[in-house]
Amino acid sequence: MSVLYVLVPVALGLVLVAVAAFVWSARTGQFDDLTTPALRPLIDDRPGHAREDKQGEGRGE
Amino acid sequence: MATLLLPDALASAAATAVEACAHCGLEVPPGLLVGGSTSQFCCAGCRAAHAIIHEHGLDDYYAFARRREAPVRATGRTYEDFDHDAFHALYVRARADGLVETDLYLEGVHCASCVWLVERLPLAIPGVERAELDVGRSLARLAWDPSRTPLSSIAHFLDSLGYPAHPFRGVKADQMRRREDRAALISIGVAGAIAGNVMMIALAIYAGWFGGIEREFERYFRWWSLLLTTPALLWPGRVFFRSAWVALRNRTLHMDVPIALALGAGYLRGAVNTMRDSGPVYFDGVATLVFLLLVGRFLQQRAQRAAADSAEMLFSLTPSTARVVEGDGVREVPAEAVLPGAVLQVRVGDTLAADGVVARGRSSLDLSLLTGESRPVAVEEGAEVFAGTTNLSAPLRVRVTGTGESSRLGRILRDVEESARRRAPLVRLADRMAGVFIAVVLTLAVAAWVVWLGRDPSRALDNAIAMLVVTCPCALALATPLAMTVAIGRAARQGILIKGGDALERLARPGHLILDKTGTLTEGRLELVSWEGSDEVRAMVLALERHSRHPAALALQRAWSAGIGPAPTDVRETIGQGIEGRVCGHVVVVGKPSFVLEHGSRAARLALPLASLDASLSPVLVRVDDRIVARAAFGDPLRPEAANAIERLRSRGWHVSILSGDDPHVVAATARALGIPDRDARGGATPEEKCAEVERVRAAATRAGDGRPVVMVGDGVNDAAAIAAANVGIGVRGGAEACLAAADVFLARGGLTPLVELERGARRTVNLIRLGIAFSLCYNVLGAALAFAGAIDPLIAAVVMPVSSLTVVFTAWRGRTFTGASA
Repeated sequence: MSVLYVLVPVALGLVLVAVAAFVWSARTGQFDDLTTPALRPLIDDRPGHAREDKQGEGRGE
Repeated sequence: MATLLLPDALASAAATAVEACAHCGLEVPPGLLVGGSTSQFCCAGCRAAHAIIHEHGLDDYYAFARRREAPVRATGRTYEDFDHDAFHALYVRARADGLVETDLYLEGVHCASCVWLVERLPLAIPGVERAELDVGRSLARLAWDPSRTPLSSIAHFLDSLGYPAHPFRGVKADQMRRREDRAALISIGVAGAIAGNVMMIALAIYAGWFGGIEREFERYFRWWSLLLTTPALLWPGRVFFRSAWVALRNRTLHMDVPIALALGAGYLRGAVNTMRDSGPVYFDGVATLVFLLLVGRFLQQRAQRAAADSAEMLFSLTPSTARVVEGDGVREVPAEAVLPGAVLQVRVGDTLAADGVVARGRSSLDLSLLTGESRPVAVEEGAEVFAGTTNLSAPLRVRVTGTGESSRLGRILRDVEESARRRAPLVRLADRMAGVFIAVVLTLAVAAWVVWLGRDPSRALDNAIAMLVVTCPCALALATPLAMTVAIGRAARQGILIKGGDALERLARPGHLILDKTGTLTEGRLELVSWEGSDEVRAMVLALERHSRHPAALALQRAWSAGIGPAPTDVRETIGQGIEGRVCGHVVVVGKPSFVLEHGSRAARLALPLASLDASLSPVLVRVDDRIVARAAFGDPLRPEAANAIERLRSRGWHVSILSGDDPHVVAATARALGIPDRDARGGATPEEKCAEVERVRAAATRAGDGRPVVMVGDGVNDAAAIAAANVGIGVRGGAEACLAAADVFLARGGLTPLVELERGARRTVNLIRLGIAFSLCYNVLGAALAFAGAIDPLIAAVVMPVSSLTVVFTAWRGRTFTGASA
């Protein structure tokens, strides 16, 4: 059972990483607008349609 | 009449099948149907938007099942002011990559298809790098290369698609709010992670009670719980302590006081017991409470946020620059710099930046921002004109009399702001209970301590603290925001957009309902009400009126299905008077009685007896050569469901009255048709009088002291101040944006049926909240009884508290609030 002395800190360390990731994503504004991004995948262009020239740029932040 | 020989095709104008507009999907008026074309349009705006979309290869827009169902109302502005240096200095930011960026507030944004269309801007306009739309707040963020395209052409493009653009003037406040939102979210995330882990550790301890656990490990786990719970209280949980402290210092009590008491007592006793290595600890309960309470608080804040947001949108609607005439030249200056006495040049499509008097020119103005009415109003030299109105037909010179705050629009907007600020915050049901609650809990805790002191002194303190922890009003604090949030979400799906939970709570009790007439009780557009004349004349009138876009002409086209008629010649339209032309060799004049009677070389003779007309209708005479052969009457008909809806609201105990800017005779006629007594129908009210009237009714309601709400329903800027002054302001579909911004509730579906649904939904929501509160109180009573008996231990506390919260969540979720079916 003394393995608990190692496992609990390890598990909580992982939690800390997850929390840090969450804090980072919230601070960079990824939760600012929850309505619009949800609509975007539904409305994306059909493949090979009109958008090739801009595919790479201008989308992500 | 026998002399009028008309082609058969004209006399028997055949009814055509209903055609849907290829752009917006609404019915196309028969007069606008184009033979041989597959795409029909309901208006020029839709036709233009369709052409643009097609030209840029964006036809996928039409693949959306749900598109915006409204005709495109492009303003036709040039947006030249958007390229002005002063504009750029105020609203445009430079970015690190050499591009510039701005936020535009777009009118008319409603759904997914709008996102698609607006975000395809980079495809349509070279130089635009990015366009992102926030649907919830109608804000588009644009990044573009100013050397390749001016902002004006981007704005003009959006405008022609039916999204008139305005600079967004609340960037600073917006950023602050965004920061607050992020901070709240981070708090919730941290509290949630901690709560989850403390609960897992607690599970190990509880399992140990049943299966046996070594002393050493139990101590180990208790220390970890303490270690984890400490940051949960110090970081996310500190808001409760701060808020409770503020409340105590102001000698008031609200829900945060008992919450802070429970959290603090539970934590401190747990910490002491951990160190003493004996007695119960409540860390799992405390950590879970912090998490759940933060969620409830966040939901509540967001609902209130939406209400505050919209006030800023108001200011985005006024123009930002004006063209001042100086000597021979014209200089463009920021609207703030225009002084009274200056002469402004107002081109066609420009929005007036200031109040003034027309110094030169004749034109017609679109007053819809001020009045909510889309009918153009003719102006000539000497006429008073107002900021916020749009020039439609010819250039004008305007001598400025009032600007900014002192303009009529400025005053109305200020009224809106002030009324919104004055509106007393609603004391929530839960907060009203806080005082009683805390007194009861403290008494019980002290009583438990005293009783146990006599029986078993070693357990007295622990039992008293168990009492505090187990009675923490967590479910109580969750009940209101949860039920509100769920109800607001459901209502939105029914086309009822509610900006804050306050509105729902206020609407739950019947009170005084004040309705605007035009556009609320009535259709808000001119319709043909009666026609006295022969079919032959009808066909001739229709042939002539097809050449006009006047509301009366459109009403005729809607009322009479159009076939292929003879082409009239020499058509001349006099703005605000009438139209004349030659049809089949006859001179036909249609228009206002004065216009028709005075026109022509010979005096007109009446060819048929005319019945007297209701005062609420506008008459139009028809003259063929020199005889008056027909008369039509136009009016704004009542919505078909209005009478029924009002009857139902009255049966619920609402006092219904009409407050309108329209002619008092018309208002009285409408009131009679709806069964509203004359004393409750008032016409001829200016925006300022409307606001004063609402204030008066509110003051009377306050004096009566029964807490009955005053509700104003309207659609124009003329209603905006009154809407803001009421306890609950409701804007109806098709209204001016400024009015919608001032309203607490916006009915996106036309008619009064949503109003009835809103009233019922509000009542049900408040009942649901009461139910949730009742449930959580039951749990608290049960918990208190157990704690008093000394039977509570951390395990029972850990079960009872989440279960009570879950019950409340479940009631909020399953409750029937806005169900759609009008039962």
